[in-house]
Amino acid sequence: MATSLDAAAPSTSERVRRRRPWIWFMLPFLVPFVLFYLVPIAYAIYQSLFKIERTGGIFGTTQQVFAGLSQYTAVFTDETFRQGVLRVLLFGVVQVPVMLGIALVTALLLDSAVARLKRFFRIAFFVPYGIPGVIAALMWAFLYSPQLSPIVALLDKIGTAPDFLGSNLILWSIANVTTWTYTGYNMLIIFAALQALPQEIFEASRIDGAGGIRTAFSIKIPLVLPALVLTTVFSIIGTLQLFTEPVVFQTISTNVTSGYTPNMQAYAVAASNNYSFSAALSVVLAVATFILSFGFLRLTQRRGEAL
Amino acid sequence: MSASTHPTGPSTATAGRGPREVSRTAVVIAMVFLVIMAVYFLLPVYWLVVNSTKTQSDLVTTNGFWFSGWALWDNLQALFTRDDGVFLRWVLNSVLYAGVGAAVGTLLAAMCGYALAKYRFRGRELVFSVILGGVLVPATALALPLFLLFAKISQTDTMWSVFLPSVVSPFGVYLSRIFAASAVPDEIIEAARIDGAGERRIFFGIAARLMSPALVTIFLFQFIAIWNNFLLPRIMLNDSKLYPLTYGLYYWQTQISRDPQLQTLVIVGSLVSVVPLIVVFLSLQRFWQAGLAAGSVK
Repeated sequence: MATSLDAAAPSTSERVRRRRPWIWFMLPFLVPFVLFYLVPIAYAIYQSLFKIERTGGIFGTTQQVFAGLSQYTAVFTDETFRQGVLRVLLFGVVQVPVMLGIALVTALLLDSAVARLKRFFRIAFFVPYGIPGVIAALMWAFLYSPQLSPIVALLDKIGTAPDFLGSNLILWSIANVTTWTYTGYNMLIIFAALQALPQEIFEASRIDGAGGIRTAFSIKIPLVLPALVLTTVFSIIGTLQLFTEPVVFQTISTNVTSGYTPNMQAYAVAASNNYSFSAALSVVLAVATFILSFGFLRLTQRRGEAL
Repeated sequence: MSASTHPTGPSTATAGRGPREVSRTAVVIAMVFLVIMAVYFLLPVYWLVVNSTKTQSDLVTTNGFWFSGWALWDNLQALFTRDDGVFLRWVLNSVLYAGVGAAVGTLLAAMCGYALAKYRFRGRELVFSVILGGVLVPATALALPLFLLFAKISQTDTMWSVFLPSVVSPFGVYLSRIFAASAVPDEIIEAARIDGAGERRIFFGIAARLMSPALVTIFLFQFIAIWNNFLLPRIMLNDSKLYPLTYGLYYWQTQISRDPQLQTLVIVGSLVSVVPLIVVFLSLQRFWQAGLAAGSVK
């Protein structure tokens, strides 16, 4: 019939729109998302506005009273927190560029004409990412240990055995573990972006006589900048959250204190039942992560526009 | 991959990208660098394999980079019989948390990402922004308040307390949306509607199939994330029977000073927990590499 044909196209999408099917597609995700993401964030903020007050001496009762922003003042004046923040910042400023530098160089090499056995290397570099952080840290803990490590034994023979677990080196020993674990992952993201670049650009630069290194610096790196930004943001988030590796190292070295990183401090404080202080710590940490990663995104985007 | 080695002509048979003639020095320098990096990445794994085969005393007294004796089977037996076979229990827990959690999580993320990509409705960008914000929230910032909330309903120290929060993957939604937008053409959906297919059928019968490389990627990365999760089980769980594998091994590590025999078990246990993960990852690499590519380009 003519009428049904006329109505067919608009009426299907109109009918669909009226039934709002997207709600049923989204709800199964949104319900747990609200319960396990948004509610905890709101609860942490709420919790951080209280403090525990003891009434009636040691044997008296404790109760929660509203304390405004005083927990935040306490966080920002806390010496352990200050040291922990400085420690992860120092860690990040060194570890993230080193890791991404290696990732970028290996990705460029595996994308270039000079490398052989590319498939093998790609797999070899990625293997550590498949190893859980705890186990990576346990393995390296053995490799750092003065009694068990063949590496330490070897260096001992040469005459310079550094104390990997000593107070001077332990931060960098931890940095090595995270570098070892995540370099391959970052390399693959950059490599994937390189492989997705259109082939014609390179034909043009080849005809112009540009060499491999020249091509890498003036064409490839600028074009995979989005991938580099993405990996940097993820690395910043990961650095501020540093927890697993130092906690494992705590079992073998006294130089890792319970408040070694902000996250470890938040955990330790919560374990001693000071939830409000811990909540304030978590909120500060989350906000700092947001600011740093958004700030970095903004910074790089603005530079991109200027170009 | 062969993408970078396609021949463009008889004169460029050796290479694809870059200049025609690759200098020998460049190749040597590149290979030296790559080999050094490969040694760095593989040496700890090699160490793990070697030392899984040693007895406790050989572990301390013999060269860590070479074999000495063959105690692998004894170590494995000790591993699986220790504390009434609690290790096997941890393996099963991890498979449950990570396997089922990632499967459910991928499905939820795929549906949500598909809806965000393929339907136009008010508030769509707002919902997407909030979910995207979730990607940036440190998981560790969530763990403590989650513990307090679960404590309120007396559900800490249960499998649910680790399983349920792990199901949510905002990054999965982000990837799904990108993939649904590029891999599922509007015309196909429109045609299916005209043929009378319901929305559910269009998703499960057509869209999900077209999105499948992306779904494998999301599944794998969520699987790894849950499998590696350390803080959440540490905070939520008290009963060692509920531990995931990684946390169980950490728990043994903390007991080594009391019982040195655990040292061997931590090593061989690490090997047992790493091997299946690597195998799964390598065998599915075709899928997740395609997934990574699309995720980083957009």
